[in-house]
Amino acid sequence: MNELLRTELLGMKLATPILAASGTFGFGEEFEDFVDLKRLGGVMVKCITLKPRRGNDGVRIAETPAGMLNAIGLENPGVEKFLSDILPRIKDRTNVIVNISGSGVEDYGELAGLLDVDGVAAIELNISCPNVKDGGIIFGTDERQAALVTAAAKRSTSKPVIVKLSPNVTDITKIARAVESAGADALSLINTLMGMQINIHTRRPVLGNVTGGLSGGAIKPVAVRMVWQTAQAVNIPIIGMGGIQSAADAAEFFLAGAKAVAVGTANFVDPSITMKIADDLATYLCGAGLKNIGELVGKVAV
Amino acid sequence: MARDFFAEIVANEAVAEKVFRLTIDAPTLAEESRAGQFVHVKISDELTLRRPLGIASTASGVKIFYRVVGRGTQLLSRRQSGERLNILGPLGNGFTPRGDKVLLVGGGMGLAPLLCAAEQFTADVLMGGRNADEVNFWREEFHTRAEKIFLTTDDGSVGLYGFVTDALPDILAANHYAAILTCGPEVMMRGVARLAAAKKIPCEVSFERRMACGLGACLSCSVDTADGRKKVCKDGPIFAAEKVFGGERDE
Repeated sequence: MNELLRTELLGMKLATPILAASGTFGFGEEFEDFVDLKRLGGVMVKCITLKPRRGNDGVRIAETPAGMLNAIGLENPGVEKFLSDILPRIKDRTNVIVNISGSGVEDYGELAGLLDVDGVAAIELNISCPNVKDGGIIFGTDERQAALVTAAAKRSTSKPVIVKLSPNVTDITKIARAVESAGADALSLINTLMGMQINIHTRRPVLGNVTGGLSGGAIKPVAVRMVWQTAQAVNIPIIGMGGIQSAADAAEFFLAGAKAVAVGTANFVDPSITMKIADDLATYLCGAGLKNIGELVGKVAV
Repeated sequence: MARDFFAEIVANEAVAEKVFRLTIDAPTLAEESRAGQFVHVKISDELTLRRPLGIASTASGVKIFYRVVGRGTQLLSRRQSGERLNILGPLGNGFTPRGDKVLLVGGGMGLAPLLCAAEQFTADVLMGGRNADEVNFWREEFHTRAEKIFLTTDDGSVGLYGFVTDALPDILAANHYAAILTCGPEVMMRGVARLAAAKKIPCEVSFERRMACGLGACLSCSVDTADGRKKVCKDGPIFAAEKVFGGERDE
């Protein structure tokens, strides 16, 4: 079973190609009662910014058909506290991929530089958070800005740089090509789709932030489509995510061209879901007569 | 330690208008949980998110009270005895155990975690509700667990006419308590905390927030405290009143 799922990504050795998606898994340690972190490919930790952020006020989540909306607003303790308090606790337990966000191009460079330390396996640029006004999404929807942010991060760190793409664009492959040209080592997609829910009795938005990011099973077909389109457009590896709840869901992403996958919202439903997906994926590979997950990547016959 | 397990529903019955009492067979949970803790329940495959529900009793089966307010609780009210329910818990910190008698002050569904406190501590209870129908079943539940029961209703149909905060000063003048534990609407808890602080009685409040993971990871349930941002699911749901109502702005 070990050999079936073992893979390599950006120089990282992954026990399984199953990662935990940023914002849904804390810093990994919150799930240790339910998950053997060593069997995860890595943890994409909660987004880190230069200064601590308290996040958005009011209601932050809402149930939707086959999914949920969230508008946390990048609440986090800031990079200083992450480096001093959190990283030492988690660095030897899993591949730590640090998701970062800034309100200007230079913030991404500075953060990437500060995180160029032992214990950080890779850096994921969050250029696609729909829930903060002062940054994030603007970089993810504009090819030029996306390239500038990528280049700034690449210049400042020796770590692999993964760029997390927003689905809230007309053509995701344009952004993908732009960040590949700017030096991105890998892409992760998709982030949440921007959504909204209204309480018809109060006639007010349900979320304190008015709009939020849609995740969960509902977005999976959109994500698979975007991974497939992007895989044709770039040569760098793709980490696929968006509504994965089972090994069958994960297999779709590999077939579409993802080298690894990340599980997000499903962690809230079943805290040990990543382990079940790994087990079932191995069974699926076995049944299909494959020797390694790599043999599945991009094999969708169109 | 929190576990993810299935428990059989022993009973799921209406006790007042839109209020249900759910009893599940979960001996390990009963043994391991403390008053003030909660469980995160996977109500139905039709829902993505679990729903957090306070533990109200661990004496014979684990009891949970809920009011039908939305789709989640509506689906829960349709679950039948004999069916199995996926439970994550116990979660949260729980009330601080006290050797001496405490006063429990609750309104509406806030009385649920206080019932568990009455079971585990020596306690009097001050309960408030809108009308007799809303407090009568609580009175029966607390009858065997609390020493003295004080009652208020908004319409005066039973007990003292008014809010719990109207009745509290006289109760505190006539009795001695090691602490006040309160759960209910935030405006009520604030009022209770103010009166407790004036009397220099330690006061703990129980918070309720929407939450996704219940494990401290998603940050859906963050609140401001005197010690910085805290998570209701993991650092709470029980907080020292002065830490959360200490002049800081509320969410």
